Amino acid sequence: MSAAVWRVLRRLGVSLVTLLGAVTLTFFALRLVPGDPAFAILGAGRQQVDISPEVLAVVREQYHLDDPLIVQFVLYLGRLLSGDLGTSYVQEQPVSALLVAQAGPTLALALLATVLAVVLSLVGAVLTAGRRLPSWISSALELVLASTPVFWLGFVLMLVFSVWLRALPIIDGGDLRSLVFPAVTLALPTAALLLQVLRQSLDDALEQPFVLTARSRGLGGLSVTVRHALRHAAIPYLTMLGFSFGALLGGAAITETLFSRPGLGRLLVESVASQDIPVVIAVVLVSTAVFILVNTVVDLLYPLIDPRMRERAATGARR
Amino acid sequence: MTATPDAPLIRVEGLRVEFGRGAAATTAIAGLDLSLGRGECVALVGESGSGKSVSARSLIGLAGRDAHVTATTLEIDGRDARGFGERQWRRIRGSRIGFVLQDALSSLDPLRTVGAEIGEAVRATGGPRGRAGRVRALELLRRAHVPQPERRIDERPSQLSGGQRQRALIASALAGEPAVLIADEPTTALDVSVQKQILALFAELKAQGHAILLISHDLAVVSELADRIHVLRRGAVVESGRADAVLSAPEHPYTRSLIDAIPRFDATAPRHTASVAVAVEPPAALAADPSAAALAADPSAAALAAYPSAAASTPASSATVAPSPPPATGGTPLVVEDVSKRFRLRDDSERTALESVSLRLTPGRSLGVVGESGSGKTTLARVIAGFEQPDSGRVSGLGDDPRDVQFVYQDPGASFDPRWDVGRLLGEAIELRHGRLAAGERRRRSIEWLHRVGLSEEHLGRRPSALSGGQRQRVGIARALAVVPRYVILDEPVSALDVAVQSQILDLIADLQEETGVGYLFISHDLGVVQRVCDTLLVLRHGVVRETGPTDRVLAAPADDYTRELIDAVPVMPGGAAPPVR
Amino acid sequence: MLLLFVVSALWPELLAPGDPLAADRGLVLAPPSPEHPFGTDEIGRDVYTRVVHGARSSLALGFGAVLIAVTVGTVFGLVAGLSRRVVSTVTLRIADIGAAFPELILAIFILALFGGGLGTATLAIGIAGIPSYVRVVRAEAVKVKASAYIEASYGLGLAPRAVLLRHILPNAVRPVLIIATIGLGGATLAGAALSFLGLGSPPPTSEWGAMLSNARNFLTLGWWAAVFPGLAITVFVISSTVIGRWINASREGRA
Repeated sequence: MSAAVWRVLRRLGVSLVTLLGAVTLTFFALRLVPGDPAFAILGAGRQQVDISPEVLAVVREQYHLDDPLIVQFVLYLGRLLSGDLGTSYVQEQPVSALLVAQAGPTLALALLATVLAVVLSLVGAVLTAGRRLPSWISSALELVLASTPVFWLGFVLMLVFSVWLRALPIIDGGDLRSLVFPAVTLALPTAALLLQVLRQSLDDALEQPFVLTARSRGLGGLSVTVRHALRHAAIPYLTMLGFSFGALLGGAAITETLFSRPGLGRLLVESVASQDIPVVIAVVLVSTAVFILVNTVVDLLYPLIDPRMRERAATGARR
Repeated sequence: MTATPDAPLIRVEGLRVEFGRGAAATTAIAGLDLSLGRGECVALVGESGSGKSVSARSLIGLAGRDAHVTATTLEIDGRDARGFGERQWRRIRGSRIGFVLQDALSSLDPLRTVGAEIGEAVRATGGPRGRAGRVRALELLRRAHVPQPERRIDERPSQLSGGQRQRALIASALAGEPAVLIADEPTTALDVSVQKQILALFAELKAQGHAILLISHDLAVVSELADRIHVLRRGAVVESGRADAVLSAPEHPYTRSLIDAIPRFDATAPRHTASVAVAVEPPAALAADPSAAALAADPSAAALAAYPSAAASTPASSATVAPSPPPATGGTPLVVEDVSKRFRLRDDSERTALESVSLRLTPGRSLGVVGESGSGKTTLARVIAGFEQPDSGRVSGLGDDPRDVQFVYQDPGASFDPRWDVGRLLGEAIELRHGRLAAGERRRRSIEWLHRVGLSEEHLGRRPSALSGGQRQRVGIARALAVVPRYVILDEPVSALDVAVQSQILDLIADLQEETGVGYLFISHDLGVVQRVCDTLLVLRHGVVRETGPTDRVLAAPADDYTRELIDAVPVMPGGAAPPVR
Repeated sequence: MLLLFVVSALWPELLAPGDPLAADRGLVLAPPSPEHPFGTDEIGRDVYTRVVHGARSSLALGFGAVLIAVTVGTVFGLVAGLSRRVVSTVTLRIADIGAAFPELILAIFILALFGGGLGTATLAIGIAGIPSYVRVVRAEAVKVKASAYIEASYGLGLAPRAVLLRHILPNAVRPVLIIATIGLGGATLAGAALSFLGLGSPPPTSEWGAMLSNARNFLTLGWWAAVFPGLAITVFVISSTVIGRWINASREGRA
């Protein structure tokens, strides 16, 4: 059992190092911008607006801009660890307060979209795998959906259901019903990708000799798919799910802008427009952290699905 | 059941399986008749593509979703199965007919325990679940003589040995107490000694009254068990009859060629001079085959037909074309002294691949290294070739020119750069010895090598992936020899090939040695194959040399118990003077 | 189909002789008609002409981004796959950190720091795409390096340099072109998304994503102004994906 604990710890360590790397990268990227970083932080990046020396002094003090770069970086890390993400000079608020306010709607949107995508892809793949015509139809549909820009898909859905059918409201009214549109918009392309990967893996698994053995025992086609093939297809599927979560986070920015919903994505877009760099960096870091977390969880799930990996990992850890 | 005790459990007449429809349809099997009763064993024998597996699968309704199965009679337990839907087939599968595939590593779900797999089979055939199901699974494992069933039941296929896995697979097929067992190449993935034990298990089941339909490419395996044999070739039944009759007095030339092509060891038989005659025979026999014309369209059939002429032209071409620099005959021998090699496993334990192995080989001679899987024979080859460093001991006599030792692989396809055609592959090897050549000269020499290995100029522009297995191996041999090495290591060079092709390649290998004077280190699990080519044998087990000596002496009078075991494990054809070897 | 897009990008005048910026004040948000097959937008510009002319910016963005990602990704992928352990690990770790950012978010971040515009957007999407190419090329290089035919080349007696140049490099790089063809669709989508968010090409230019962003405000009045540019993106992405898959399938069929 201790081997399993060791493995989890090791994986978490790798994730932390990756997150630290991401933080480092954003920190130094900001220094790559030509000009005084204080201006960038103040949201006056390239506009070169006149800024009072007092305000400049405060920013310099807060970010220790007069210290050596490495000192700045260590102090910056310290602030991040204590949960201080800086101040938005544009909105004149602590960044963390802004994030907390906007995190809820995005979380709800992303979760609902993920659930939708998973359900759609699971049902679709199990029903179409190993059958020629359904597979063909489904793969054509996947291609179209995966090739459709999220924002345009949202348009078309709006057009059909709100403008022409008047079934659902376009603009957010705050209730669950208004979540349906954006979530479906966000979920469909992801579902298409997941469906593609899952059906391909299921088809591969169904070609394996053990499936023939299972069928020769008298098992039906669907129960072979569910009991044998699905587990074998689960690893590429989970990998794709983890990967597409990143696309989902990016897509949230688009969907929230499109449907005029509050959320981190829209906050990001608006902050970019107003050159509110502290907020931009904070949103980027938070979404990256979530993305890393999701992929860590996915990685940790692998050995539960494939016991052969458990053995390999257990013996590998002692190397 | 509706069947009376003596009525056949399965009766098939005019079985025909086609894939696709209309003009694009290909026929996998046409006109198979077969009947199988209690305690009987019927064998379907043929090479890959003969239609034997498809025929067997269509008896449980699993020929595949594109398959179109028709028959004038298809009775299972006396019931007409021709109109069966999926639901009815499912009642047959597992309960009336059990099915065993080759290589249990992939035929059992690698993610589940043996117990889960057998338990599923028990439930699917109406057996108990839960604790009672486990008891039943244990009972089945015991019946298949799986050692330590209480421990094995909670392990996964990858944790079992090859023989144990195969037994577990058979146990799962027995879950529904089927009267009939279909076994599709059930021993092909196994070492000979294990193969013998599994065949004994089938014999035991047969004695208990199970009817067995045995599918194999190997006449020798079948001869131990079968009462009747059907020989299949490219979808047609070429010969059917009682096993002893088919084996001792085959009527069809193809059957005869199959029997002849089986490498056999016979201490009194002279070596490859005799086998050359055998090898030229099959293609000639094919020409007499009435179906040969119809098969001419098939590229591999055409390749077969091309061999006699190529074989005839070989001596001529080697006499007329400018010979490559004279091969270094004699000279310093290749000496392996006290070589040991251990691998560290992931769990930090060590596995000994080689333990103080010594051998000696001179150019112009051939040494056969025989062993089962895990014997260290491939490691030995890799150490000699310099791919691996030995932990202790040394390899001498090679100098430091890597060109002096060449390799011929079991799977030549994987050893070629996938982007390159045959001409470029050979050209690279030729230039390695001769330095940069003009394009025309390079081409001329490449063609010369193609001729030597029985191929022709037309193969020059082809990619290896567009060649048949036998042709690919010929290119592999040509490439190795084109570097003009002193030694060639042949690592299971024919084990991936059909028997008839095997025989031709072995002859080519033997002929080229006479021509070039190269020394061979021939690695194989197959005593018969080694006997065809090698003058000296070395038997390896768990990295230790068990016996070494002249081939004839070792096979006729083995000094070591393990060697004797190996020889005894080889299936023996009844009535035949010479025991064939798989 | 793809050819049609390429023609639109290179010589838009061939397919749409009109001026993409010419506005007809009398014909604001006119529905599709024989003169204006895709209708007109909110200031009376012909949507068809703008869609055709938009191909240039949109495709340039897609191609440019893929070019950056593939070139840089291949170089570092080869380094990670073929060099000594330390160098390889370091390269791979950096790529992992890059891959830890969601791609679109990373692109937005780069734009936030260095300002909007078509060029920066191309660069941003290209940079965001690098890590995945590094991984793909590295995996391929490692696979090729360990393959039987590379060992066979050493066994033949070839010098390590010759094996590297003649066999390893060409085989490791080969699949990249196919992945790039499929990746072209993704990059174009991302580019359109950035323009839609107002971070890509500036307003007066006809670019598919920007046109959509614009048309969004007039959805109820003129659906055509939004539907056709979106359709153009979708069809382009589909056709590049299909071609990529087709090349891939025909290559696998031969190997």
